[in-house]
Amino acid sequence: MLALLRNQKVRGILFQILTIVGVVAFLWYIGLNTTHNIEQRGIKTGFDFLSGTAGFGIGESPISFHESDTYARVFLVGLLNTLIIGFVGIIFSTLLGLFIGIMRLSDNWLIKKMAATYIDIFRNIPILLQILFWYNMVISMLPSPRQSIDFFGIIFLNNRGFLIPRAAMNSTTISVIVSLVVVFISLIFLNKWANKRKEETGKDFPIVLFGFGILIFFPAIAYFIGGGNFNFDYPHFQSFNFKGGKSISPEFLALTFALVIYTATFIAEAVRSGIEAVSTGQKEAASSLGLSSYQALKLVVLPQAVRIAIPPIINQYLNLIKNSSLAAAIGYPEIVSVFAGTSLNQVGQAIEIISITMLVYLTISLVVSALLNWFNYKMKIKEK
Amino acid sequence: MTKIAKLSLAVLAIAGMSATAGTLQDVQKDGFIKCGVDGGMPGFSEVVGGGVYKGIDVDGCRAVAAAVLGDASKVKYVALNAKERLAALQSGEIDLLARVTTWTHTRDTALGLNFAGVNYYDGQGFMVHKSLGVTSAKQLDGASVCLQTGTTTELNVADYFRTQGMKYETVAYDTNDQVVQSYDSGRCDVLTSDASQLYGIKTKLTHPADNIVLPEIISKEPLGPVVRQGDDQWFNIVKWSFFAMVEAEEDGITSKNIDSLASSTNPKIKRFLGTEGTLGANLGLNADWAYQIVKQVGNYGEVFERNIGTSTPLNIERGLNALWTNGGLQYSPPFR
Repeated sequence: MLALLRNQKVRGILFQILTIVGVVAFLWYIGLNTTHNIEQRGIKTGFDFLSGTAGFGIGESPISFHESDTYARVFLVGLLNTLIIGFVGIIFSTLLGLFIGIMRLSDNWLIKKMAATYIDIFRNIPILLQILFWYNMVISMLPSPRQSIDFFGIIFLNNRGFLIPRAAMNSTTISVIVSLVVVFISLIFLNKWANKRKEETGKDFPIVLFGFGILIFFPAIAYFIGGGNFNFDYPHFQSFNFKGGKSISPEFLALTFALVIYTATFIAEAVRSGIEAVSTGQKEAASSLGLSSYQALKLVVLPQAVRIAIPPIINQYLNLIKNSSLAAAIGYPEIVSVFAGTSLNQVGQAIEIISITMLVYLTISLVVSALLNWFNYKMKIKEK
Repeated sequence: MTKIAKLSLAVLAIAGMSATAGTLQDVQKDGFIKCGVDGGMPGFSEVVGGGVYKGIDVDGCRAVAAAVLGDASKVKYVALNAKERLAALQSGEIDLLARVTTWTHTRDTALGLNFAGVNYYDGQGFMVHKSLGVTSAKQLDGASVCLQTGTTTELNVADYFRTQGMKYETVAYDTNDQVVQSYDSGRCDVLTSDASQLYGIKTKLTHPADNIVLPEIISKEPLGPVVRQGDDQWFNIVKWSFFAMVEAEEDGITSKNIDSLASSTNPKIKRFLGTEGTLGANLGLNADWAYQIVKQVGNYGEVFERNIGTSTPLNIERGLNALWTNGGLQYSPPFR
């Protein structure tokens, strides 16, 4: 028996089995202990609460929400709000981050210093403080609804939100949206065809000009075909506040702004590290081949830089999504605030609710990283 | 080695689980009570310089400490916001929650808690900017309302506006401070909270005189101390510590005259002070438990006047919180 234990392979297997048994036993024990304690304290368990009436209102929601809706709907509203912030935040922080990152590498001393200062300031202040700062500044500096700043009488800005006219969902709007989608898809195919033609014949195709042209032309035709009338719902002032139109709340604006500014610093640094990692030999070779600096950037440097920059950028996207959970401090009703906050307090079942919320964040993060890993794979330099 | 470590861990864990005794024993072992309070609510529980807590909720904690440990200062205060307060109590992080918590059916049953009395009968009200020209809550259709999330406030506002057929925009914040700040900067038209808190909040605004509290009270908010279910002895101790303060006021016992009453022959007072009967032992405490409460903290009337009464900036009348003998709702079962 002892001789068997002296065998390294056997020992290895034995310890692995013991560890697995130990971990499982530990988790089992934790589960039993938790359920025992919950029963002892008279706290309810189970997921029945999801069909209970919420009884409270939610400040802003992309879908309709009424106080008599269920907690399941509360969950849905919170989830949608989180996704909206994540989506908008990711887009703008990428654009800003790219811009700042390239600025940081400029030869112009002032631009380089400005970008470096921006990064140093906004990277080092905790995100919660930034969110609170922008929010309180926004609501204390903007005027009250009665003294709104107005643009042409149809767009208003006050401390309750940014109000724009809303187009009704009629035939005109739908046909314009459809035409935009068609233009977008056809531009992708057109780009592929133009590249192929360039490779085969060397002839340039003015894709950018052409693209702008049809981007304006087709939706315009669709507008007239669809009836020529958006039926705008204009915001108008009434008793306390504006009614009608689409309003973007200061909570959303402040949260997005703070998250974008904060995350862009990290993305800028990732972009910079990616570009600097491409050896100067590549840039010199590109210019010796006669490529302009824009062509060199697009065809030689960026494809290699992006491969290096994408994994840290994935991290920053996930951080942005998770940082949006700080919205509770300023009253934006995303999932942590309405579901793991208000609902948890009213229902009391902490374990079920927090587990669901953690699962949501886990799923969103896994989906985002899967998408970006696919994108990374596509950006691989193709061997011939 | 790993096996031994695992085995010993398991044994320790099981041993630890069985070592949980009642809260009274834990408190006596620790030498202090862990009390959950707000920490930023004038009159109820706020920090006044040098880490000292003051308020009627704080005095409730001190009363229990005086009864159990003989010293009202043996309290460790934990500042909690509305969202974390119930979880902190459920999990055992605190022994007693004295944080303007409303006694509701759901909290009493589904959340595994017990309410040990009502130390303040309150109701929810609205505060608006005077510049709006609103004189009644029924004129608030379309208003935006700032409130604290995780409270009965949210639910009551929803119910009220629904039954009145009015629309409103809700802006729910985590902390009371952000609620006050947003209301002050004009982000919302209305601030809603328990009426007692509105008076305290008004003192914190930049221009208190520019705000009015509307006359409507839209809900019942009986606020009181809360303990966990499953520990009847501790529940009784907290309950009767509070009743001791009410009974003392009814019997005319104050912190000032209690020593002179030591020689009283009135059987009611003798039972209260512990010189006769076994009321202290019944609770598992010393015979002078009620004496310590009134001597160190005061009776209910003294606590009320000192923290939120007419001589304080909050200037709240006894109203519903007067003794039953004076037309109010404060009533203690007899001490016998």
